[in-house]
Amino acid sequence: MNHLILAPILIPALSAVIVLLTARADLRLHRSLSLLAMLLSCSASIALAYSAFSGAPQVYAMGGWPPPHGIVFVLDRLSATMLVLLGVLGLAALLYASQGWDARGKNFHALFHFQIMGLNGAFLTGDLFNLFVCFEILLIASYGLLLHGGGQERLRAGLHYVILNLVGSAFFVIGLALVYGGSGTLNMAELARKLTVASPAEGVVLTAAGLMLLFVFSIKAAAVPLQFWLPAAYANAAAPVACLFAIMTKVGLYGILRIHGLVYGLDSPHIVRYAPFLLLVGGAVTLLVGAFGALGSRGLRELLAWLVISSVGTALLAIGLLGTEATAAALYYMVHSTLAAGAMFLLAELIREQRGSTGDLLRPGPNVTQPTLLGGLFLLGALTVAGLPPTSGFIGKAAVLASATHRPEVVATVYAVVLLGGLIGLVTLSRAGSVLFWNLGPSPDIQPRAAGVGRVLPVLLLFGLTLGMSAGGGPLLELMTGVAAQATDTSSYIDVVLRDSGGHR
Amino acid sequence: MPLLVSIATAALVGAGVWLILRAQTFPVILGLMLLSYAANLVLFASGGLTVGRAPILIKGVETYPDPIPQALVLTAIVIGFAMTAFVLVLALKARFALDSDHVDGDPVEPQEGR
Repeated sequence: MNHLILAPILIPALSAVIVLLTARADLRLHRSLSLLAMLLSCSASIALAYSAFSGAPQVYAMGGWPPPHGIVFVLDRLSATMLVLLGVLGLAALLYASQGWDARGKNFHALFHFQIMGLNGAFLTGDLFNLFVCFEILLIASYGLLLHGGGQERLRAGLHYVILNLVGSAFFVIGLALVYGGSGTLNMAELARKLTVASPAEGVVLTAAGLMLLFVFSIKAAAVPLQFWLPAAYANAAAPVACLFAIMTKVGLYGILRIHGLVYGLDSPHIVRYAPFLLLVGGAVTLLVGAFGALGSRGLRELLAWLVISSVGTALLAIGLLGTEATAAALYYMVHSTLAAGAMFLLAELIREQRGSTGDLLRPGPNVTQPTLLGGLFLLGALTVAGLPPTSGFIGKAAVLASATHRPEVVATVYAVVLLGGLIGLVTLSRAGSVLFWNLGPSPDIQPRAAGVGRVLPVLLLFGLTLGMSAGGGPLLELMTGVAAQATDTSSYIDVVLRDSGGHR
Repeated sequence: MPLLVSIATAALVGAGVWLILRAQTFPVILGLMLLSYAANLVLFASGGLTVGRAPILIKGVETYPDPIPQALVLTAIVIGFAMTAFVLVLALKARFALDSDHVDGDPVEPQEGR
């Protein structure tokens, strides 16, 4: 067994506890400890990805107890992709937060690492109940992070976010109960095996469970009509928190890919025949609702939050198209949109701070202190998010469109929706950019300070990665095809998990 | 027995959903609690309902109820408690910071009968 598999969970857990135990120590100590831990867990993730991409999924049976009764962690290419994505995003968010945000409230670093721990655990676990527990860890940390910094707007958005997620958790538990009642197991591989031999009566229960879990993951992913919590939460969160939250919607997408794509199999009879159709239509509607929401936004951060919804819609739509090629396109787009959204939320904060009392509202205001730097980055970000060549957004959308051609009955609709969504995104972003940088009002008496290198660096890091994604578009898409092929190959997943850990009976 | 548990669960879910749709935070939290009780009941019943079996290992006893749902429900209850406590504190904080216990933080409208 490869003990390194536990590192991305244990390192954040340990560092969070150490930060809590030394709560009275100097903030600088916490910062260096926190950054060190993040670097360590990020490098562990990269090392894991290196081994995951060179072979079959690896299984780690916790405490040596074999599945289906013991809890297993499974490292495959999909989880490795998510781990690395979270690693770099977390690193950028933490670098940014260490420039002052972490001092504006208590326990930022501890909460941050608990959130990383929950996310890494959710990506690695091979057990449904363990997935629920990891979700709760990342959620309770995210409640604290969302409220970080205080303020009325944050409180109001936080209350909605918490209540909605508690409802989601209740449904998650009911879904798990149905899974256990129908199959007698919560191990994902064992569940996948039982699904192939389920009696009609058990099949009905398992179908209901699958739909219940689809509902839960749709809340996390903020798919229409379950998107109402997102705009206020993301627009009001502290910038590094909003940056980290860029991956929160992707946890929902990951859940759908893992549970419905791999365990159930989206074309299996147990997840009702219209589930892919549901994803396709839901994705298209989400994409458009997100785009129109962005069109009606009053502030930059609100606009970005709606565009996050739109990007979730694009990925859902691609998952709903089925097939390895479409799933690979969805994965590429998901990675791109996480990095781009993270960078844009950090950039929005820099712009907001330099516009004095106008903030990020889209109306004439004073010129920013660093118009060339911030304007240039905004242009790059807008091109990336809207999906214009030569950015990674363009490659992602082109891959989604190309993969739609194997579904002649929906190809016209998919093209229309994706292109319309992209057009609206472009319109909103160019309007926002011209208002923010060209439509200038009177300058304030005291020009706000310019942003230091430490706060621009994380933005550059994330944008650099999206540029890297577009430069290496071909090889990366090929890599994602490998990820998608492994993430939809149910029978070899069952084999690997139940055989390698000695649990096959 | 299954009928009784089903009816209890249905009643809890119904009352919970109805309360969640209220506009004040306190009923909403009560609704969340009822909903999580219902979820725990469903989880508990998922291993099959048995009466009169030994819950822990006893010499000479052959049949036991399924222990896994019990372990699961214990975890779910603990998490539910923690979450309820958190949302209560959050609602109280919002009540005083926003000077309203409306879920949107809107000003409280005078209600009939006051």
